[in-house]
Amino acid sequence: MKAKIRVGIPRGLLYYKHKVLWTNFIKELGADPIISPETNKEILNNGIKHSIDEGCLSSKIYMGHVDWLRNRVDYVFVPRVASYSKNDQTCVRLFALPDIVENTFYGIKLLKYNLDIQNGKTEKVEFLKLGLKLNKNIFTVISAYKKAKIRQLEYEKGQEARQIKLLENVGKLKILIASHSYNTYDKLIGFPVKHYLEKLNTEVIYADRVSKNNAIKASCKISKSLYWSHNQEILGAVELYKDKIDGIILLTTFPCGPDSLVNDLCIRKIKNIPIAYILIDELQGEAGMHTRLESFVDIISARKGVTRCR
Amino acid sequence: MQIENKVTFPRLGNYHIPISTFVEKTLNAKVCVSPAITKRTIELGTKHSPDFVCVPFKYNIGNYIEALENGANILIQAGGGCRFGYYGEVQEEILKSLGYEFKFFNINDRKFKPLRYYELLKKINSKLTFRKFMYYFYLIYKQIFAIDKIEDYIRKNIGFEINKGDFENVEKRFLVELKKTEKIRDVNNIFTKYITLLKKIPINKPKNCLKVGIVGELYVLIEPFSNYFIEKEMASYGIEVQRYINISYLFFSRKHKKSRTLKLAKPYLQYDIGADGVDSVAHSKELAKKGFDGIIHIKPFGCMPEINCMPILQRLSQDYKIPILYFSFDSQTSETGVKTRLEAFYDMLSMRKNLNSPLAPL
Ligand code: SF4
Ligand code: SF4
Repeated sequence: MKAKIRVGIPRGLLYYKHKVLWTNFIKELGADPIISPETNKEILNNGIKHSIDEGCLSSKIYMGHVDWLRNRVDYVFVPRVASYSKNDQTCVRLFALPDIVENTFYGIKLLKYNLDIQNGKTEKVEFLKLGLKLNKNIFTVISAYKKAKIRQLEYEKGQEARQIKLLENVGKLKILIASHSYNTYDKLIGFPVKHYLEKLNTEVIYADRVSKNNAIKASCKISKSLYWSHNQEILGAVELYKDKIDGIILLTTFPCGPDSLVNDLCIRKIKNIPIAYILIDELQGEAGMHTRLESFVDIISARKGVTRCR
Repeated sequence: MQIENKVTFPRLGNYHIPISTFVEKTLNAKVCVSPAITKRTIELGTKHSPDFVCVPFKYNIGNYIEALENGANILIQAGGGCRFGYYGEVQEEILKSLGYEFKFFNINDRKFKPLRYYELLKKINSKLTFRKFMYYFYLIYKQIFAIDKIEDYIRKNIGFEINKGDFENVEKRFLVELKKTEKIRDVNNIFTKYITLLKKIPINKPKNCLKVGIVGELYVLIEPFSNYFIEKEMASYGIEVQRYINISYLFFSRKHKKSRTLKLAKPYLQYDIGADGVDSVAHSKELAKKGFDGIIHIKPFGCMPEINCMPILQRLSQDYKIPILYFSFDSQTSETGVKTRLEAFYDMLSMRKNLNSPLAPL
């Protein structure tokens, strides 16, 4: 039997958003998706080594994952996601991922697609083109895309439904982590925050577990000219959840371009919920973060009139 | 009593001249140009801006505050692409929270569409006819073109003037006269007059002088205060400076040539990497091919499109064996640091040139 083609997916950036679509698509085509491990110190350090100093921490981590994969797989999957609709765009860091990766790791073999609705590149057509590289049968490719897409949507719905249940739970303080999913779920960035919040006996609510369309609409209430799609979703979640939560944590990696502006606006406009702004850079120690979270939870407990049990 | 309208906008190099002309003529409104940028401008801007926002934002805020202090009450922000398109909304909030009263117009446009500007201006001044709009549009096009041509000539020659200050004197007089122009014919005349004057300035330019191209992010390229007058500094070493990016380029040629620029950037780039990133790569490649001695790449700290293009420039630098010096500017940048690094770069370039000279092709 012929060995399966191994396609490496870096566990960083948009992986967390589109993972079900990506992995299922690759699997359905008869290839083997290999996902790099959770971020660890080594991946981080290699990422830093292969990045420009001033890049954001999230994209440095991504480079570390690419580095981990590149000698272990046949192709590395590095898509370009630039805009999801006519009216939005993503962060320009994401515009450049394939070009950065190819110029940093000479000779690396990439699989990519280019989602850019503003320039007429639709997901369907791009996935077909991509799929044909792995599987010559166009019908298999079409059905692979359809199946993967359905699973992605089901997964998102499930996540949202689970979260709605949590929100009904009145017992605990609820804290929304308003951050890009690649920060929220990263082992070195968001995980320690989530973990500690849970240790403080609070319920963690996630900004990405919400219907995208509703969130984008809702974000207009806070900011009318915002055009970064991922920030629209985060801000929309803040708007949609703001009556059901007790505090918000804006979690940002240094020096994120979009967040530098959107966080500022969010703090100015959201007045009646406590907000903590946590900025993560390479040299972060966890101790400082713990103290901040603790005092934040103290503040919101006092506000709610509950005493926090330790 | 009705308060008089006074319009202001962020400064950018010498372009407040055409912008003022345009606003005055089409809106029948007074313009209150924000005072020339000083240390205070950037201090004010930094104090009231989000922490690590890119530095043009901070300069803009400083400009607005200083103009508001002088009585401006209509603020205009252009926009487009990258973070710049989102500046307006946040800046409006910041200035409001400082207690100023004003109207804010955010022309947040990704593409350059004159007709849309007309509609927008008509909202403010209902008497504006399309004919008049087009006339003044063309007039400022001419003004911008004149500024860019004159500055380009100066950039290439100022390092070699025999009598210190000649070029700057002529430039100053040119700007004063340009400010007064109201007819297209006047702009043409003044342009011819001053370009002739400039060409008469005695220079001593060796055939094989050092040639360095400067590429990078638009704002820091154009606003000399924000780049610590780097072009002037380069000139003082007797370097001929080449720069592609200016407003005529941005408005009147890039938009139509975006796909062509991308082609020029091949094989290094396949996709658009945001704002001026593609231009930086394409122009660097052109400079390298033309045999320039070095390239200086400048950007605001944290500027994403330019960070995107840096790994690509690093590779280009290896492929073509052309040295590239990178600068990042923020409000905290140390001026001595800039000067020292520039000096070292100059030393390196001249050493390379001397070593290679007997072999170098003409
Ligand atoms: S949005 Fe921020 S964190 Fe994400 S890639 Fe862009 S700069 Fe980096
Ligand atoms: S191009 Fe650079 S300086 Fe301009 S808005 Fe974007 S990040 Fe800021």
